[in-house]
Amino acid sequence: MTGYLFDFYGLSLEARPSGALWLAAARCLVVADLHLGKSERLARRGGPLLPPYEGLATLSRLEAEVQALSPEMVVSLGDGFDDMAASEALDPQVLAKLGKLGHGRDWIWIGGNHDPQAPQGLGGRSLEELHFGPVTLRHELGQGPDISGHFHPVVRLAGERRRAFILGRDHLLLPAFGAYTGGLLHDDPALHRLVPQGLAIACGTRAIVLPLGVAGAGRRRR
Amino acid sequence: MSLPPKLMGWFTRQGWQPHPHQLALLEAEGDSLLVAPTGGGKTLAGFLPSLVELSALQDGYLDNGESRARGVHTLYVSPLKALTADIGRNLARPVAELGLGIRVEDRTGDTNQARRRRQRVDPPEILLTTPESLALMLSYPEAPAIFGGLRRVVLDELHALAESKRGDQLMLGLARLRQMAPELRVTGLSATVEDPVALANFMAGAAPVRIVEADPGPEPDIAMLATARPPPWSGGGGHYAVPEVLEAIRGANTTIVFINTRAQAELFFQALWAANDDNLPIGLHHGSLAHEQRVKVEAAMAAGELRAVVATGSLDLGIDWGAVDLVIQVGAPKNVKRLVQRIGRANHRYNAPSKARIVAANRFEQIECVAALEAVAARDLDGDPRGAGPLDVLCQHILLIACAGPFDADRLYAEVVTAGPYRALSRADFDACLDFAATGGYALRAYDRWQRLMQRDGFWRLRDPRASQLLRMNVGTIVEAEMMKVRLRGRGGAPLGEVEESFAASLEPGDSFLIGGRTVRMDALREMVVEVTPQPTANPKIAVFSGVKLATSTQLSHRVLALVGHPERHDLLPAQTRDWLALQAEVSLLPQPDLLLSETFPHGGLSHFALYGFAGRNALQTLGLLLTRAMEEQGLGPLGFLSTDYALLVWSIDPVLDPDPLLDIERLRAGLGDWLASNAVMKRTFRNVATVAGLIQRNMPGLRKSGRQATFSSDILYDTLRKYDPEHLMLRITAEEAGRGLVDFGRIEEMLARSPHRAHQVLDRVSPLAAPLLLEVGRVPIRGEGRERLARIEAEELMREAGLEALL
Repeated sequence: MTGYLFDFYGLSLEARPSGALWLAAARCLVVADLHLGKSERLARRGGPLLPPYEGLATLSRLEAEVQALSPEMVVSLGDGFDDMAASEALDPQVLAKLGKLGHGRDWIWIGGNHDPQAPQGLGGRSLEELHFGPVTLRHELGQGPDISGHFHPVVRLAGERRRAFILGRDHLLLPAFGAYTGGLLHDDPALHRLVPQGLAIACGTRAIVLPLGVAGAGRRRR
Repeated sequence: MSLPPKLMGWFTRQGWQPHPHQLALLEAEGDSLLVAPTGGGKTLAGFLPSLVELSALQDGYLDNGESRARGVHTLYVSPLKALTADIGRNLARPVAELGLGIRVEDRTGDTNQARRRRQRVDPPEILLTTPESLALMLSYPEAPAIFGGLRRVVLDELHALAESKRGDQLMLGLARLRQMAPELRVTGLSATVEDPVALANFMAGAAPVRIVEADPGPEPDIAMLATARPPPWSGGGGHYAVPEVLEAIRGANTTIVFINTRAQAELFFQALWAANDDNLPIGLHHGSLAHEQRVKVEAAMAAGELRAVVATGSLDLGIDWGAVDLVIQVGAPKNVKRLVQRIGRANHRYNAPSKARIVAANRFEQIECVAALEAVAARDLDGDPRGAGPLDVLCQHILLIACAGPFDADRLYAEVVTAGPYRALSRADFDACLDFAATGGYALRAYDRWQRLMQRDGFWRLRDPRASQLLRMNVGTIVEAEMMKVRLRGRGGAPLGEVEESFAASLEPGDSFLIGGRTVRMDALREMVVEVTPQPTANPKIAVFSGVKLATSTQLSHRVLALVGHPERHDLLPAQTRDWLALQAEVSLLPQPDLLLSETFPHGGLSHFALYGFAGRNALQTLGLLLTRAMEEQGLGPLGFLSTDYALLVWSIDPVLDPDPLLDIERLRAGLGDWLASNAVMKRTFRNVATVAGLIQRNMPGLRKSGRQATFSSDILYDTLRKYDPEHLMLRITAEEAGRGLVDFGRIEEMLARSPHRAHQVLDRVSPLAAPLLLEVGRVPIRGEGRERLARIEAEELMREAGLEALL
């Protein structure tokens, strides 16, 4: 897997093709919007009974990153759980996997709108924000420079949608890492307003960088 | 039962004589199926027994001694909302003139809430509805009270309903009705079909159905419409024929102009008006128009205010506009049966010949039209046998039955197997569907606490009764692309219709497009509504509706190939088409019934491979998937393909020089397994199946507004299931459904078997026969190494254009 290396306010970063962010100097792996327990929450509310495997699918991908990079710190950038009850009702297999992944490293749960409180009995620390130099890591974009999740950004590339990092002057947005997550196109006003120009780094078998906010960019089709 | 004097008198006053088949239905003791050409007085025949019974009721008794109807007496089900409204109008007259004192009401997706609520407590004697609305009504706890006294069911346009899952859903509903009201008698009404016995078995319950066939009537007057200009090379517009079509409309009383897709109907309507110097009143009717717009057109048509209406399949079925005396079909009809049924719409009078003219949209379609005319003259109808009832429809049925109240699994199984399409359903399959409905049916992990259905005291019931709202919101077996409403800007702006979400997403504010025959400018996209302002402009974008694409039937394809391959028969074709085929014969070769032709040529910097298989678009699509797999293995870098009814076109980075190893039948069959499972066609089929079965919900209260990141693609569910639960019921149903329809591997085998000879032409440019293919839409991308290469190249180009090479 080939990532995209770039600097952001003095931090050397790698946008991984998986959608995770790697801060090499701090040996810190950041993933946003895992949404663990989503299928359980929908079922609880009388909705459809989705295949209850998204936790396994999501953590298997995270496990691959952990094995590849051996991080000292793993940060869940908010919305790690689909809601607080879901964090308490995780499948034993998912719990075991989470325990194994967190073993021997600093694990940080940053609160998101779906999981504002600290998850109980899962280990790790819970924080509102985290700082690396001038850069704040938080769930939802605020005063820059910051690194955030929340929007599940995607871009159009070669006729299809891909999950993507969005890199503006003061903001870096991460794609959702969770298996059962949709995406918001960068052209959507809610997202475009916040980061009108910059770069997108599309996920896939390798990270592909493309410009945003350039006329015609991201709108071509083949 | 015979026609009582009161009704006979009414017939006489209309100046009518009952048709023999109308009387035959009246005499039928059990269930019957009436097969009659359009205009045979079918609908009246269907209602006659009800009118006789209700008139007897008026006189104070029923033959079972009851003195008043309990709940609904007659239920009428039609595939179209428009049809129920039309039938309501037509019935109003006899009901009033006979003084029956009964209510006739419709109940469709368009019926308002207040009326729906009232109908549940105080149902009318005659209820007119659609399969979806019937399924919905059967999900109410009041269903036994509404339908317990039901005496008659009329199934209109049964041939059309039987073509889709709507028919399966209807038959499950009918099985339930027969359980609730054992005295029920069912009458099916059908246009001319190739196999009436199969249709009778489809609608039958425990007892056999009697088939009544009406006199097919005189030969239709049908021909190609002569035009001054030749048709274009590709596309489905037919605009070149506008002057002649207008002339034909002028010469007729009332005309229906049938066009195959909604987008084409919009454009043709626009083109007609642009040339309509006499201001002939011409309307537009298709399924994506706002309800209000459709009703207006239907009313104007019924009142004789329109000289013509441009319509899609939304008017395929029997709305009775007696004044229609000409049908014009623009575009190839794809199958002969449908053409015959459409022709029948002209001269909606029994025993008068129908007049119809056909406009081929492009050169290739000219051949297909000529072949279709030959088939009509030979009364050679086409059709494929219907498969067993699909399990996704059964899953939905089980969930909706649970909404009505607790049920016993053994009794429900016994009821389901009385429905025609489910007669051969095994108990194991039924139990698998029940398990899916109850628990999701997952192998590795169960929702023990959050099951949808729980078994208590031997009865299955909803765990959370509130779930019924969500389930009812998702009734139906037709899964369409996500649509967005289009409204005029401003508070309370008038609704104009719907466009596909993907089309809406491609619009920028200021872009113009066509909807409802007018050009509008897109202003904003707000909460899943496209806001627009009227703006006449020369070059609007066109709204794209991905309606169901019918494959040309096997029989018609064979006729087309026989015509193409025999130059001595080319005299039947228009001169320009003859010249085109002659040029093809000169530059390359003509495909023959026993010769499979393929060509390789460069175009636009990529290699193209064209195969003239004449096997229908579904089979050729499957072949496209399998061929590109083999090409990927050979390192040719396939990027995508498209299939039409007659040919397959694949484009790749490197050329196909020897197709023989690619077309090896064993190799193709081997590819059916894994490669097919991971492709876009299967994912589309899965989306359909999972939506019908209730795994994916189309409609969620309040969720649509919260932004798109809340919903995720069904592809993710498909991939997850394949990885963690490959034996899951949804995957099994998907494979079955794809094998039956979209995959159509049988036709690939047939194509290879009937073509003992092969010819591969390596050309230095596009051949005459291939040229129209390059202009076709509906391309399927291939996600292989070729695509990755292309994505990187495209992104790099963009970075360079933006002056950002340094960042690469």
